[in-house]
Amino acid sequence: MLQTPTKTVPPLVSLGGVGVRRQGRWLVRGVEFSIAPGEIVTLIGPNGSGKSTTAKAAIGVLKADEGRVERKAGLKVGYVPQKLAIDWTMPLTVDRLMTLTSPLKGAEIDAALSATGIRHLARAEVQHLSGGEFQRALLARAIARKPDLLVLDEPVQGVDFSGEIALYDLIKTIRNTTGCGILLISHDLHVVMAETDTVICLNGHVCCRGTPEAVSQSPEYLRLFGARAGQTLAFYNHDHDHTHLPDGRVQHADGSITDDCRPGDGHHTQVLPSGKAGPMRIVHTHGPNCGCGLDHGPAPAGQAGEARDA
Amino acid sequence: MLDDFFVRALVAGVGLAITAGPLGCFVVWRRMAYFGDTMAHSALLGVALSLLMDFNLLISVFLVAAAVSLLMLLLQKRGTLSTDALLGILSHATLAIGLVLVSFMTWVRIDLVGFLFGDILAVTRADVDLVWGGGILVLFAIVWMWRPLIASTVNPELAEAEGLQPERARLAFMLLMALVIAIAMKIVGILLITSLLIIPAATARRFSTSPEIMAVLASVIGALAVVGGLFGSLKFDTPSGPSIVVAALGLFVLSLLTKPRTGTTQQPAMGQGGQA
Repeated sequence: MLQTPTKTVPPLVSLGGVGVRRQGRWLVRGVEFSIAPGEIVTLIGPNGSGKSTTAKAAIGVLKADEGRVERKAGLKVGYVPQKLAIDWTMPLTVDRLMTLTSPLKGAEIDAALSATGIRHLARAEVQHLSGGEFQRALLARAIARKPDLLVLDEPVQGVDFSGEIALYDLIKTIRNTTGCGILLISHDLHVVMAETDTVICLNGHVCCRGTPEAVSQSPEYLRLFGARAGQTLAFYNHDHDHTHLPDGRVQHADGSITDDCRPGDGHHTQVLPSGKAGPMRIVHTHGPNCGCGLDHGPAPAGQAGEARDA
Repeated sequence: MLDDFFVRALVAGVGLAITAGPLGCFVVWRRMAYFGDTMAHSALLGVALSLLMDFNLLISVFLVAAAVSLLMLLLQKRGTLSTDALLGILSHATLAIGLVLVSFMTWVRIDLVGFLFGDILAVTRADVDLVWGGGILVLFAIVWMWRPLIASTVNPELAEAEGLQPERARLAFMLLMALVIAIAMKIVGILLITSLLIIPAATARRFSTSPEIMAVLASVIGALAVVGGLFGSLKFDTPSGPSIVVAALGLFVLSLLTKPRTGTTQQPAMGQGGQA
């Protein structure tokens, strides 16, 4: 991964202790992460867990009610929203969709449509596209304006398995050629894009985070998904230290029940770098921009460190 | 030329139709037909207040329509009632309050029918200037804000994420609506304003391949409806405002009979040339 952030590159966006509240209820709380140029962060979690809310708070569409969101000055965002219904009454071709938010040159439009493989649909009305074609059109629109940060909210929805692999391949190519940062929201709880640098599992708060485990390392999965999928998809092993109760409260490993769950709330016991199994185990590659918001402690050199809960 | 009342009516009507075209497209795209109706109905309250306080008619209609649209936005955000119930309440409440206020003012003679259904044949030279001056202002504002308006119509969050300001576009759109309602009141009347916004836009949809083409076509179709309606009203001695709306409806029905240029073909790129 050539694009791995180095110490000198400031993050495109960083969130610290971000919470969003609507109608007296916290949709999401205590979210910490940052995205550096060339980095891919994947948000996963069940429906209603605050994935889209978090992404919207990161790009400023929603205002965070607590915490801080810092964006690089003049950050150019390319956004593929989760739901985009274009009313039939608006005549809109794929070509016209490309210049929705900013003017582009014909060559830039062509390049984006070619990259997403829908150049032949340039003059088709968006309402006539299939689910997969429409997702590609939205992706083409987002990349055509050459953003610093690409925010993709469930970009593979409505796309079949081979189409999903192709789209993930495309996203990887976009990252490799443009070096933009990518915030990806996945509907799948266990399978993520292999190129993902950090997986963050949300359910009203950050439940766990880490790096995905390559499918290609597991022969059974390779048989199941095929070699091509093995290079594109990866598994994410969740490591939760608490349970979500049906009423939305959280039961911690120590048996206590709270309304929400944040690092440093006293319910997560410290884990030693020795890797001894503890109630909270946050495993990921630490760096100055990892954004995990936890006291890293002396991580073993050259290894994935284990964060300590302060 | 403008000495003749019929020519004045034509010029004013065509000017209004050209202005209403692009704005009407946004009403259709944003599914705000009933919203526009509510703003238009509130115009009568503006008329009553203007008479009561001896204030400029146009400005008070504009202010009341704008205030009602802002009130709608506020009530929507509080989210207690559904939008269509709120619109139903505001729409008829403002109309009723206007009618009640007018009936209280026994000292003024007011042509209620003229306000409700328009009196285009009575437009003065000053009215013509107002329609064209206001119309040019509205069109200029729409062209200037075109990209944020279109983008926030497609998806406000997308527009916001990519650096446009959908809230500002929405506010500007409301104010332009209020302005057009104030201008249009005398020509087609409070009860028929929305039809001049919606019907030409709906007719234009079938022949359009881009939002821009649809906006221009809606203006052209609206102008045709005004001309047709006025000549029809002259020939059959029918009220002018309703005649214009009937002419617009006629064009819409005709458009339904034509084979759509788009809408059934999967890929318009294939052998779908020709003019829009």
